Amino acid sequence: MEERNKFNWAGWLSFGFLLLLWELGSRSVPKLQLFIPPVSQVSTALAQLTVAGPIAEHFTITVSRFAAGYFLSAALGVSLGIILGYFRSLHSLVEILIEVLRPMPSVAIIPVAVLMLGIGDSMIVAVTVYATVWPILINTLDGVRHIEEMLIQTGRTFGLSQRKILWQVILPAASPYIGTGLRIGLSIALILVTTAEMVAGSKGLGFFILDEERSMNSSNMYAGILVVAVLGYIINRLFLLLEAKIMKWHHGMMTRQTA
Amino acid sequence: MPILEVQGLSKSYRQAGGETTAAIGNISCAVHAGEFVSFVGPSGCGKTTLLMSIAGLLAPSAGRVVVKGKEVAGPPPNLVLLFQEYNKSLFAWRSVLGNVRFGLEARGQRATGAREKARSLVELVGLTGFENHYPWELSGGMQQRVAIARALAYEPEVLLMDEPFGSLDALTRLELEDALLNLWAELKTTILFITHDIEEAIYLSDRIWVLSRRPSKIIDEINIPFARPRNQLTTRADGHFMEIRNDIYRKISN
Repeated sequence: MEERNKFNWAGWLSFGFLLLLWELGSRSVPKLQLFIPPVSQVSTALAQLTVAGPIAEHFTITVSRFAAGYFLSAALGVSLGIILGYFRSLHSLVEILIEVLRPMPSVAIIPVAVLMLGIGDSMIVAVTVYATVWPILINTLDGVRHIEEMLIQTGRTFGLSQRKILWQVILPAASPYIGTGLRIGLSIALILVTTAEMVAGSKGLGFFILDEERSMNSSNMYAGILVVAVLGYIINRLFLLLEAKIMKWHHGMMTRQTA
Repeated sequence: MPILEVQGLSKSYRQAGGETTAAIGNISCAVHAGEFVSFVGPSGCGKTTLLMSIAGLLAPSAGRVVVKGKEVAGPPPNLVLLFQEYNKSLFAWRSVLGNVRFGLEARGQRATGAREKARSLVELVGLTGFENHYPWELSGGMQQRVAIARALAYEPEVLLMDEPFGSLDALTRLELEDALLNLWAELKTTILFITHDIEEAIYLSDRIWVLSRRPSKIIDEINIPFARPRNQLTTRADGHFMEIRNDIYRKISN
């Protein structure tokens, strides 16, 4: 636990070194600059794009698509996972379907979604939900199926109704698994939003990156990539902060068991 | 009228091969309010099955259980079962206080006063100072104390205990036996206890039912004459104590 909270000097230093290498490398080979402009140039481009406005608009659009897709997936994945985990017969009914659909690369359904929903927000959100729901569903399902039977029996002997057992026993007991699913879902949702925007969008960071690439404006393209990277980093950090707070008991328990 | 009655209870399981094995064969007994009664029997004699059936967590194959005049169809509201495996039955996501509060909430006690009551229960089982610890931060004996406090918070009229001290070390065990007797004397709950430890059963109980091997039946009922409060040294040193122990041992090993 303490290890995790310590500021990682060496890690940030090597990251800074890499940026420096990029800057110097690009400057010393002018032919390369069309594809890999120096970091300083990318930063200037980013600053200009931010001041002038376009990046902020694309950013907001991508974030709202991401949020819509992610929260829908979370609600859908957790509730479906609990239902399927709880009712075994229902699970065997859809087990094969899940096993067939899940390994398919989710981006493969983008063309189908475009055919059915056009190229607007609804298509992008739908594709995101399709891809993101899997890890959340599978992990929740796993969590519910791994619950210690005695916990449920304890709930029963204390006279809890089925509904209360669900909320007070099953959900918290499965929460470490659910947390894992939700965390994996974060990066998948961001990947799908940007990919869908690249394939069939007229706005959003994915669209912006591809559009700048087609205009041979590589500094702007890298600026867009940088924004997506930072977005992914921030989202992940926020999630970890929230999880550490809610799942304090679990982190403590795990640390103790491995100690 | 007895507070708890078991009438002709039997339970058999269907095995993978399609054969049925009987775990409990026709048990009838009655417990009166305020009594401390134990079942004692060899390991694997179906004791847990018996207690689960009485608690309404397992449907019996034949016979019935009556609690306060009502036939048991599901977990009855005035009875709670305490499992041997405290590490599996405590809620790891709740603190000590949170686990005890669960018992109060399950009883329908709302926020007002619940916190104070939970605190006094924690004190009663000797865990003051550990209110905000999580169960997995405590020793086995302390965890079982939490489980006992949680069960008592529910204010059951009948407390069923399934070998609650079975996985504790010998010293902790003696300590918890006395703690339990004190709580029982104070709260006047009816306790139905299961153990394979003959001496533990004698030390704790007013009456003992001796169970046979599978399918378990009651082979004897023994009244324990020792005065209360009992003492780990003097009660166990009583010449009569060994006599009863040997008598039960002979009956079980036959």
